Amino acid sequence: MYRYDSYDQSIVDARVEEFRDQVQRRLAGQLTEDQFKPLRLMNGLYLQLHAYMLRVAIPYGTLNARQMRKLGEIARKYDKGYGHFTTRTNLQYNWIKLADAPDILAELATVEMHAIQTSGNCIRNISSDQYAGVAADEVADPRPWAELLRQWSTFHPEFTYLPRKFKICVIASEEDRAAMRLHDIGLKLVQRDGRIGAEVYAGGGMGRTPMVGPLIKDFVPEDEIVSYLEACLRVYNRYGRRDNKFKARIKILVHELGVEEYKRQVEEEFAHMRTLGLNPPTEELDRIRPYFANPAYEQGLSDEIDRSDPAFALWVDRQVAAHKQPGYAIVNISLKPRGGIPGDASAEQIELVADLAERYSIDELRVTHAQNLVLPHVKKADLYAIWQKLDEAGLAEANLDLIGDIIACPGLDYCSLANARSIPLAQKLSDRFGSPERQKELGELKLKISGCINACGHHHAGHIGILGVDRKGVENFQLLLGGSGAQDASLGQITGPGFSEDGVVDAIEKVTNVYLAEREEGERFLDTYRRLGMKPFKEAIYG
Amino acid sequence: MVEFLTFREGEAAQEPAVTVESFTGQSNSTAVRIEAGEDARELLPYLDRLSLVEVNFPAFGDGRGYSAARILREAGYQGELRAVGDVLVDQLVAMRRCGFDSFRPDKALDDAAVERALNRYADVYQKTVDGRSPVWAKRHPENVNG
Repeated sequence: MYRYDSYDQSIVDARVEEFRDQVQRRLAGQLTEDQFKPLRLMNGLYLQLHAYMLRVAIPYGTLNARQMRKLGEIARKYDKGYGHFTTRTNLQYNWIKLADAPDILAELATVEMHAIQTSGNCIRNISSDQYAGVAADEVADPRPWAELLRQWSTFHPEFTYLPRKFKICVIASEEDRAAMRLHDIGLKLVQRDGRIGAEVYAGGGMGRTPMVGPLIKDFVPEDEIVSYLEACLRVYNRYGRRDNKFKARIKILVHELGVEEYKRQVEEEFAHMRTLGLNPPTEELDRIRPYFANPAYEQGLSDEIDRSDPAFALWVDRQVAAHKQPGYAIVNISLKPRGGIPGDASAEQIELVADLAERYSIDELRVTHAQNLVLPHVKKADLYAIWQKLDEAGLAEANLDLIGDIIACPGLDYCSLANARSIPLAQKLSDRFGSPERQKELGELKLKISGCINACGHHHAGHIGILGVDRKGVENFQLLLGGSGAQDASLGQITGPGFSEDGVVDAIEKVTNVYLAEREEGERFLDTYRRLGMKPFKEAIYG
Repeated sequence: MVEFLTFREGEAAQEPAVTVESFTGQSNSTAVRIEAGEDARELLPYLDRLSLVEVNFPAFGDGRGYSAARILREAGYQGELRAVGDVLVDQLVAMRRCGFDSFRPDKALDDAAVERALNRYADVYQKTVDGRSPVWAKRHPENVNG
């Protein structure tokens, strides 16, 4: 994986000192909270309901054991012993003291990490495919481009005060594991005539006006991606709406202008941009690429797995994915224990996963947008030992992409924007539906919960989605069906009037019963919904 | 405290800036003021005659002026480019990088804070209009394009 050189390190170190200076000015009363707010937000520090929350960037979801261990150490030393992995593949600490924040950033900088642009109306952490580099179906590992874009977007002087936040995703496979088309800009690397380039999708997103991003360019050569993005961003920065926070994302601009007109303006700007020499030379991509080269895999390993322990076999069937290298496997670690808080990990669990990555996964791990972890390079012969250690630590849940693998935002338990509590609902749902038998019977079923319209819990993209709203001072939950964040991206539709917390759990029971009664051979919940439409589900719920 | 900050040699332009509308409508004026939301490209036919362009920041979070500045510099504008309005010390570096070379903030800035801010980052990742060499050019001195 990528390692900083002295330039990268000096920029991150300078940011730590700048933020230390800003915090000192705040603590000394030289800055009011109003003046300090935009400064701390640029560095991922939010004032939440009970304390400060610090969001640490995990660029394209990749990290090594040393970095993971540091995250555990910070959780123990500065938080209440927990970290929370988010749908942006970042890590949040929910119990941070303002005075400690500069020291935490200094500690992160020692392991080449930071919190730069994890909030604010700027280009956020670049996301990617958690199977990058190990998936058999990719045209190239997308992470060298993601790293190139991380650097390009860091302190970009023109695009630091955009109308609204801006999220970019880079993938390189047909199968979309990263919800690429629900980003402000999604790049899908493709190969054409032996050259790599990107398909560009713009104007996707969730929030209160969800959109699946349309294709705006079918091929941008790899060495012009930076100038093309500058063109996309400049049109947005100049013409994106600034009169209404809720209409400020690029999706609204693309929608209001129309895709063709937005494309035309971008093309015009791109024709100008490409004359300015803004693209790093190909030598820069060549410099970055070897950091993501295949590790030294052992050759001639067996693909046999001893499945004599049934609990282990169950876990293998659910959590282990095919690796491109014979004898190796990809291990998904569920952060969704039954009745637990989705995405939460204790300091001890974080450190255990760091140890496993170091010992069994060539010192590498990944974070997924579904708030789980991945060990990308595991020998099949080591699977049983890994499973035993995970099981001891409460991390051996076998529910990847099943109903218990719930995505949930922090909700009203932590977040000052939330209207409703997501976590207790997630816990109730996993209690109700989370038995191994029931989950297996229901098959792939992506359940996603947001505690407010901002949709951090990706409810629009859930096969079943839940949106918490405030109805006259009472928490109320709307139910959505039929969303997907994958290559068949679609937006969920609201079933009808909302429910109480218990009511929505009952409604989901009715919905899944319709599925079990009506499904045809091989159909997932989503397939049955798409075939039948809303009607039978609605009748079952409200009839 | 700093009420006016300039990085240009010689006297700052003194002529009062007129609106874009009155500038393009008449005039022999040599100073113009762009409000957020106005199109800097309207000025491109007149760059030779301009000695001052003021770009107003109604609120520090309104970033349209950064694009306006860069567009003017990319088109070859050599005159004074002044950021006015809600200009804070923490925005100076980005503004410099987009081509601003003078500043008249609504609220005066602290000298020491300005000094610290301007000297904090030795390296930058992007090529812009300020002539600074981005990190990728330093990494590949033999092979930079443009």
